[in-house]
Amino acid sequence: MTTADLLGKIFQILLGLAIFAAVIGLILFLIDRAPKRGRDWYQLVLFLAPACILLAVGLLYPAVRTAFTSFTNRAGDFIGFDNYVWMFTQPEALQTLGNTILWVVLVPTLSTAVGLAYAVFIDRSRGERIYKSLVFMPVAISFVGAGIIWKFVYEYRPAARPQIGLLNQVVVWFGGEPVLWLQEPIVNTILLIIVMIWVQTGFAVVVLSASIKGIPSEQLEAAELDGATNWQRFRNVTLPGIRGGLVVVVTTITIATLKVFDIVRVMTGGNFNTSVIANEMYTQAFRAAEPGRGAALALVLFLLVVPVVVYNIRVLRKQREIR
Amino acid sequence: MSQTTGSTDRAVVRELDAAARRGYNLDGTKAARVKRRLTSRRGTAFALLIAVLWTVPTFGLFVSSFRPAELINTTGWWTAFENWGWTLDNYNEVLFSASSSAPQLGSYFVNSLAITIPVVVFATVLAAMAAYALAWIKFPFADWVFVIIFALQIVPLQMALIPLLQIFTTTLKPAQEWLHGVVPIIPDETYVQVWIAHTIFGLPLAIFLLHNFISEIPRELMEAARVDGATHGQIFLRIVVPLSVPILASFAIFQFLWVWNDLLVALVFSGGTADVAPLTQRLAELAGQRGQTWQRLTAAAFVSLVVPLIVFFSLQRYFVRGLLAGSTKG
Repeated sequence: MTTADLLGKIFQILLGLAIFAAVIGLILFLIDRAPKRGRDWYQLVLFLAPACILLAVGLLYPAVRTAFTSFTNRAGDFIGFDNYVWMFTQPEALQTLGNTILWVVLVPTLSTAVGLAYAVFIDRSRGERIYKSLVFMPVAISFVGAGIIWKFVYEYRPAARPQIGLLNQVVVWFGGEPVLWLQEPIVNTILLIIVMIWVQTGFAVVVLSASIKGIPSEQLEAAELDGATNWQRFRNVTLPGIRGGLVVVVTTITIATLKVFDIVRVMTGGNFNTSVIANEMYTQAFRAAEPGRGAALALVLFLLVVPVVVYNIRVLRKQREIR
Repeated sequence: MSQTTGSTDRAVVRELDAAARRGYNLDGTKAARVKRRLTSRRGTAFALLIAVLWTVPTFGLFVSSFRPAELINTTGWWTAFENWGWTLDNYNEVLFSASSSAPQLGSYFVNSLAITIPVVVFATVLAAMAAYALAWIKFPFADWVFVIIFALQIVPLQMALIPLLQIFTTTLKPAQEWLHGVVPIIPDETYVQVWIAHTIFGLPLAIFLLHNFISEIPRELMEAARVDGATHGQIFLRIVVPLSVPILASFAIFQFLWVWNDLLVALVFSGGTADVAPLTQRLAELAGQRGQTWQRLTAAAFVSLVVPLIVFFSLQRYFVRGLLAGSTKG
């Protein structure tokens, strides 16, 4: 990077921020100078316009457009449901769907289970905050970074040479042969799923730990006086008390998992039968020049997300009614 | 990650706050604590195991990034004591080496900052304005507009990528070339596309969150200001913004991390050159190359991780709020 490059970039940022500030300043100025008649209406439009225009042009219109694109081929001709037929009949595409299902089953359940157990065991223990930070840290870093961290763990060296990947070293310690993990179908998908679990568990721990602390201590003490065992106390007091937290965690992780892209992209690029919907969507639309197929995959993603969201909203609304 | 209802967010945040205030003194007497600790020895062992498992992969990469190339590629990092040898060359090479095969992360690091900081400003300001209007200016379809914005959170950004790229190609490309002609120091590939795309994708959640907060500002405060003759513009700047600083900060931090860590939007809208592409994109490229050289990849990964980790460790409290609020975005 030369100094000129750097100056150009800084200049660009400043220019961008200055233009933005000028536009916002102008809008606020116009709002202050609003004519007395129809004043609220005029001000409302000025306040809302920037965000609404951006959303309409950048999200609403494209989403509708994508829905239409999913019924066209690469030349843009209408081809009915062919893209969807492709998705549900071609072995490659079916593999993608199957993998996505595996991800969505394993990641939310395991992250939540491990996260809940961890949150319960570290609750009120010495060093709770440090415990929490350690597991929470992966949440802050990028999926790309997480992918590289784990790629190193799964790294392979031929049996004759010393291993540099921890997983293969463990295998060797137990007397096994090192494996090219990321090229071994099914195992490789599981190994990618582990990365996602590693990232998401911290989120589960933080939310569930907060929920656990929200349970009134009288309830726990009462259960203790009644002679409840640890397990009974967990089962009958803690679990019902954190239901809301559990729903948030499971639905949030499910949605994140449905959209997982970066991990697959960085670790295998979707090769060796590891592709998932979001990765395939990108590959089809932007690498294979098949926008129709990409759009169809995006639409399926959308249709998979909707029920999760609806469920989330319904449970939460019911809970609020009870309170 | 898109959606979630603000009420839960707030409920959870309230619980967090309450828990923090109570501190860790919930468990009564010391005797009770000792008893509990004895009964959960297996639990402690489990927690310890998980903590170690979760930390070791990152630790291994971190240690390796300071080892010389020949040691990284021939010995495991867990043998670092037997195979002694440390160096800063890896960082030096990925950041500053000008050779064409080097990662040249300096440019990409600047790009990441140049993409992230303006986006945070744009999204936060625009969302605050919209949220204020939706919460405090009476008009017939206010609820409907709000419901539509809420619903937009559900739309995966994958739905918007293809058409948005087409729109940019037809409208922004010529404008950028013209600008490049007038001010040659600005490359013809600029940050504008990525800025706009990220801002748009961040807006639904931002408006939703800020609306929940801003609509709960006491009505008397607003009415008193109106009676004193303040315009909406003045109320927004003098009352709403100062009162909303906590939620604005939480959202800003979350948005910062989300944009910094993003790969998909960058891949689609940045063009992939050293003029625009962020660190994540460069890293993904390096990781995908044949014959990866771990001495570069380990150091490069940490160059990209250092900023989120600093944000994380210094602002964990706000980050937790932002995360609980934004855990669902995307």
